[in-house]
Amino acid sequence: MQTSGFKKIYTKVTQITKATCSIQATGIGYDELATVNGRLAQVVKIQGNIVTLQIFSGTEGIPNNAEVIFTGKPPALHVSDELAGRFFDAYGDPIDGGPDVQGELREIGGPSVNPVRRKQPSELIATGIAGIDLNNTLVTGQKIPFFADPDQPFNQVMAMVALRAKADKIILGGMGLTNDDYLYYKQVFDNAGALDRIISFVNTTENPPVERLLVPDMALTAAEYFAFDKKQTVLVLLTDMTLYADALSIVSNRMDQIPSKDSMPGSLYSDLAKIYEKAVQFPEGGSITIIAVTTLSGGDITHAIPDNTGYITEGQLFLRRDSDIGKVIVDPFRSLSRLKQLVIGTQTRADHPQVMNAAVRLYADAANAKTKLENGFDLTDYDERTLAFAKDYSNDLLAIDVNIDTTAMLDKAWELFGKHFTKAEVGIKQEFVDQYWPKD
Amino acid sequence: MEENKLTTGTVTGIIANLVIVEADGPVSQNEICFINLAGVRMMAEVIKVLGNKAYTQVFESTRGLKVGETAEFMGHMLEVTLGPGILSKNFDGLQNNLDTMKGTFLRRGEYTDAFDYDQAWDFTPLAKAGDIVVAGDWLGEVKENWIGHKIMVPFKLEGKFTIKSINGAGTYKASDTIAILTGESDEEVKVTMLQKWPVKIPIKGYVDKPRPFRLMETGVRIIDTMNPMAEGGTGFIPGPFGSGKTVLQHALSKQAEADLIIMAACGERANEVVEIFTEFPELEDPRTGRKLMERTTIIANTSNMPVAAREASVYTAMTIGEYYRAMGLKVLLLADSTSRWAQALREMSNRMEELPGPDAFPMDLPAIISSFYARAGYVNLRNGAAGSITFIGTVSPAGGNLKEPVTESTKKVARCFYALSQQRADSKRYPAVDPIDSYSKYLEYPELQEYLAEHITPGWLDKVLDARNILLRGREVYEQINILGDDGVPIDYHLRYWKSEVIDFVILQQDAFDDIDASTPIERQRKMLIKVLEVCHTDFDFESFEAVNPYFKRIINVFKQMNYSEYESEDFNKYEAELEAIINERKVA
Repeated sequence: MQTSGFKKIYTKVTQITKATCSIQATGIGYDELATVNGRLAQVVKIQGNIVTLQIFSGTEGIPNNAEVIFTGKPPALHVSDELAGRFFDAYGDPIDGGPDVQGELREIGGPSVNPVRRKQPSELIATGIAGIDLNNTLVTGQKIPFFADPDQPFNQVMAMVALRAKADKIILGGMGLTNDDYLYYKQVFDNAGALDRIISFVNTTENPPVERLLVPDMALTAAEYFAFDKKQTVLVLLTDMTLYADALSIVSNRMDQIPSKDSMPGSLYSDLAKIYEKAVQFPEGGSITIIAVTTLSGGDITHAIPDNTGYITEGQLFLRRDSDIGKVIVDPFRSLSRLKQLVIGTQTRADHPQVMNAAVRLYADAANAKTKLENGFDLTDYDERTLAFAKDYSNDLLAIDVNIDTTAMLDKAWELFGKHFTKAEVGIKQEFVDQYWPKD
Repeated sequence: MEENKLTTGTVTGIIANLVIVEADGPVSQNEICFINLAGVRMMAEVIKVLGNKAYTQVFESTRGLKVGETAEFMGHMLEVTLGPGILSKNFDGLQNNLDTMKGTFLRRGEYTDAFDYDQAWDFTPLAKAGDIVVAGDWLGEVKENWIGHKIMVPFKLEGKFTIKSINGAGTYKASDTIAILTGESDEEVKVTMLQKWPVKIPIKGYVDKPRPFRLMETGVRIIDTMNPMAEGGTGFIPGPFGSGKTVLQHALSKQAEADLIIMAACGERANEVVEIFTEFPELEDPRTGRKLMERTTIIANTSNMPVAAREASVYTAMTIGEYYRAMGLKVLLLADSTSRWAQALREMSNRMEELPGPDAFPMDLPAIISSFYARAGYVNLRNGAAGSITFIGTVSPAGGNLKEPVTESTKKVARCFYALSQQRADSKRYPAVDPIDSYSKYLEYPELQEYLAEHITPGWLDKVLDARNILLRGREVYEQINILGDDGVPIDYHLRYWKSEVIDFVILQQDAFDDIDASTPIERQRKMLIKVLEVCHTDFDFESFEAVNPYFKRIINVFKQMNYSEYESEDFNKYEAELEAIINERKVA
């Protein structure tokens, strides 16, 4: 951060808390950046001549005669094609040893797109994973998180989706990423020869938590540059949004705000929505798709973070280990892609919606049969068949290691229907049954 | 509002979008003011006054705002402009026209006119010089899309007026004077096609508000048949995310039997609004054959737009609804989601450091919700015509838990409760309205019961209650079967369960994405319910419980094929005959 012109230096710090300090100053703009003894800080409250600053890296060691210099500007990022292939910290400064990026300085967290200037998302994103493509098809301009417990392989699945998605740019926003995971991403992208399409903004667990608050806005400012100015398809990966929300709650707590549910700030919904709603399909061609990770605590989705996220995002993806086949699958019950209706049956084969629903319904019957079995009841012939179907369905379609195209997925589903059920049990519209029911 | 000199002020404090302004004159609660930020005027509303300090919520981002900037108070509350040209428009929460804004991104301080003031309209007078009129009386009519848009005596006028002159039939601009009225003390009032009204105050100007008595058809079976909505009624749809609130609301907006639809997209996803922008101009209203967009107005304040304007958006929508109701029209107002509106109230209350109520919501939340719902209703106008606002709001309960403040406050005032169930959504039983927990209080209204008997079939209510009862018994035996096992209960239990499943699959479940099944006219609903109940009251003969499941699956499958077929088409009749044959296989003579 360079300072330009004559800047007044303030040294009258009146209050210091764990994340903020207050000083007497005038002529300061809201949201403006400052440095406090060289540490980056942002104006979060102005009352008369008392300005409260949130210090991103924490206030440890800040004295009450600290030197405060205001920059007169909100946080910003230099944008240009030079961003491609680079790794940055939460402030947008390079961490890969490369030179500073030249280009237009753009404020982060800028205005939102006028809803009437958006285009309805319409391009299918093929991932080859049937749990996604068949049951929860993704579309460009969508925002969708993985809801996963920390022990699940969400980073692997996300990297896989990112690489198969054929995006022009992949922007990784890492918040509280462990150094190991950061290196994992770096290596996967490198091995795929995709490094020149990747831009990373990373706050690792080694960095102060409050710095994370800048990461999504940095990543999305870069994304908007490529999607809007350059009309490219951009995929933004945000991991882990739970740690981002935790940082929000730290700050709001320090500012004496009354917490609402689960000690989260009352504005959590709006704070998260501002990030996720940057996902957009522009009529001129570019798009921003956001795939995020929200880690859960013991699978609890009623916690304020996943709960508010679920209301904002266009669906959610759940991973689960299926003990019957010993593989990780995309859970068909709890996962949902809200935008799938825009492409399934039109960009994919016409029988897609009905096949998808029938398979999930039969899988649900299998779950009921399983409960019966666990409770020690006798199973009917139908129950037995649903269990056999569930196993095949899980193994051949839901498992994340499956990589086939959508038509092959549909054919596979029909094959399984024919193998285990009668036409009436499957209950699909007659015209599709006539066309696709396996002939023996 | 009488002051000649407007109050001005100076910014003294900024906490996000709460800005404290020191005023140099009188300031009133809810007054609108504009705060200057380096030449950009940002709209704000006074939400608290403390001495000469006005606490204002700014409808924009306050980034860069400095202490010492100036503010001007406008002397009036947040107002909308009412007149011909509202239909088919896309407004933001403050009634700015989103389509005339420049650029792809929303710019701070960009306020656009709701109307094209120069647009010409073909005016036909409905009153004549010498007539005595009061606020809300019809002076004339213009054609807006296909509805007769009434030009009314401005709602703000108090007392009786005499029409001094009124223009003859002809083409006039919206801002032209079309009539001159004389008041009781001889003051003259010029009336144009446009008038302003503060959104937080209900528009009155009707004689009375009788209890709703007419069915509001929606084409959604679980609503029309099982939990009917009345014209002028209120209802709400709570449900966890992913349970299909938005799909259900969109279905209502497409199919409901209303003259016009106002959709307040309040703090929800932008892509959902885009879906309406994109699809409604293409889709046809099956009743009139016109494009759906012609009867739709959208108030879009999506979740990434300024929070303070989110609160205003539902009031803007309601005020526009009341304006059209006063023309004797049937308005359906949908708000998605009222929880986001409540959250906007919570954010401000929090910034003002008010003592919080449950879940940190403001203490007066129940009162705010109830006075908002009270603005809906069926009204008789002075000239004998009647109009209505039917209001359906969605609620997004935190964690899907219905025991939270917004759901509980809404439940006290809304008459229909369409509870979306996670369990039904998980098993893809859409619309996931819980058939046991949901209710329509209107079914208890003798007025509506009479209407149903007359317009659907005599004894309809008994059939509905019968179906509800079968569903309830079905759920009870299902629990029994789960505890005791398939072979631990009598065959009769299986029959009872499967009969309730027939109702579930054929009546309750509906495919919103199938062209035919998406909307079911009431006549077809009558036919299907009677047919299904016939199956439910048939005695079947089974030797063992194992045969029950496949047999009923066949019945359900044929019923579903009927639902997918054009009503009374060849296919439909073929499936009906097939159904008859299946029933006869096991029917006890």
